[in-house]
Amino acid sequence: MQIDSIRKDFPVLNEIVHGKNLIYFDNAATTQKPKAVVEALNEYYYHDNSNIHRGAHTLADRATKAYEASRENLAKWFNAESSDQIIFTRGTTDGINLVAATFGKQFISEGDEIVLSTMEHHSNIVPWQMLCENVGAKIKVLPINEKGEINLEEAEKIFTDKTKLLAVVHVSNALGTINPISELTKMAREKGASVLIDGAQSASHLDVDVQKLDCDFFVCSAHKMYGPTGLGVLYGKRDILEKMNPYQGGGEMIKEVDFEGTTYNELPFKFEAGTPNIADVIAFNASLKYLQSIGRDRIREYENDLKEYGRKRLSEIGSLKFVGDADQKTAIFSFLLGNAHAFDVGMMLDAKGIAVRTGHHCTQPLMKHYGIEGTVRASLTFYNTREEIDILVESLIDIDKKLN
Amino acid sequence: MKSSEDIQNEIIEEFAFLGDDREAMINYIMELGEKLEPLQDLEKVEDNIIKGCQSKVWLISELKDGKVQFTADSNTAITKGLISLLIRVLNNRSPKEIIDANLFFMEKIGMSNMIGSQRSNGFVSMIKKMKIFALAYQGQLQND
Repeated sequence: MQIDSIRKDFPVLNEIVHGKNLIYFDNAATTQKPKAVVEALNEYYYHDNSNIHRGAHTLADRATKAYEASRENLAKWFNAESSDQIIFTRGTTDGINLVAATFGKQFISEGDEIVLSTMEHHSNIVPWQMLCENVGAKIKVLPINEKGEINLEEAEKIFTDKTKLLAVVHVSNALGTINPISELTKMAREKGASVLIDGAQSASHLDVDVQKLDCDFFVCSAHKMYGPTGLGVLYGKRDILEKMNPYQGGGEMIKEVDFEGTTYNELPFKFEAGTPNIADVIAFNASLKYLQSIGRDRIREYENDLKEYGRKRLSEIGSLKFVGDADQKTAIFSFLLGNAHAFDVGMMLDAKGIAVRTGHHCTQPLMKHYGIEGTVRASLTFYNTREEIDILVESLIDIDKKLN
Repeated sequence: MKSSEDIQNEIIEEFAFLGDDREAMINYIMELGEKLEPLQDLEKVEDNIIKGCQSKVWLISELKDGKVQFTADSNTAITKGLISLLIRVLNNRSPKEIIDANLFFMEKIGMSNMIGSQRSNGFVSMIKKMKIFALAYQGQLQND
């Protein structure tokens, strides 16, 4: 990878923070945006700003084409059967809520079971709890081992004939664990259950093929894929999306409205009420094109090298204890430094210009599982370098001396 | 005894001396925290807790000879240091002085920039709690 050239595409990486060169290791929270994405936003607002689909003028046509081109490219990125199975949402959380409020309400009822894992983000717990409160269903939880891996033997016992849905995270935001999605999906399928994959942390780091995964739903966020915030994607299998009732009313989701009743539009518009987030959808395509220009294989290979190197270097710090150390994982390092509180470590790293996340990472049940309040999390991506890891390690050694 | 304004001005001067060196500021804050007498484990109970965003803070007060005595602790070194500053300004004062105290040092030393807005809210909760204690003692003194 031409790392110097790639880093030049992300102007924010040149920021000086507290007199030091920024080292951005909070990519699991949100990734930085390449110039191409920011320029796409500018281009749209400077030249094409218009509402889409119904305008009878040139700008509306240009905006509509750019908007739908993004959908097409997302279908290609995830290998969806067709682009009309790509629904734009406000993000991963919004996508999960949509499925809970539509599919959940229609197809899950009293006594049914929803299977989640111990390492779910709150966004993939709370919507299902809300659904269970409404319909009388029950949540069951897949256990994990000390390394932060789902125990497949134990998992098999969780699925029953009552299981209606498996909703599971593809890559844990708190631990970096890559979950055995295919095996879990197979277990769910054997019981006739549907499958939702929270792909917030996998969509840009792994080779996601929704057809190979055989999932019913896949959700992700643009801002964790080098695109804009407040935007995401819900992929769904066609037969199931067609059976699902619309989530919100108004705008593009109608075919015909009468005071006597309304007929709904076809996919994907049925689920896209109101004026959509046009500019950001168009800019999202710029981020995808950027990733495509580098190539998924090269990104994965490079990030894998960062993961191996980071793991080795961080292991050299005697007081550092990894929280979650799965065999299959992405370049996310969650750890504690001796008896130091994660907050203190995070603040001291910030003073050295290093951005990490500290706390429970919106996975409180997971933290309870480990009996801790939170961790320090360094999450890396393809614009990070081995040199930055070296600086992190040196900084942690220095902090360790002060705090432990 | 120096006024709360004087003490705050002293703190502002101390931090001005550190300049913009964030690491030096954090180290200094932690040093201040280390000087604060830790609470006993039996005092670190739910009733004494003021929940911040990521850190836990325990605060205890008592009225002695018409003056409020505060003791506090935290599970993070930096937060403990920040609390020690508050205690330095408000400790051993009459309830009225605490209620009337205008706390301006946090803004002047750039605390909210340093700890972020969410954690600043936790700090504001701490001040509120100290003032609530003072109000209760004020009422108690008036009834006596």
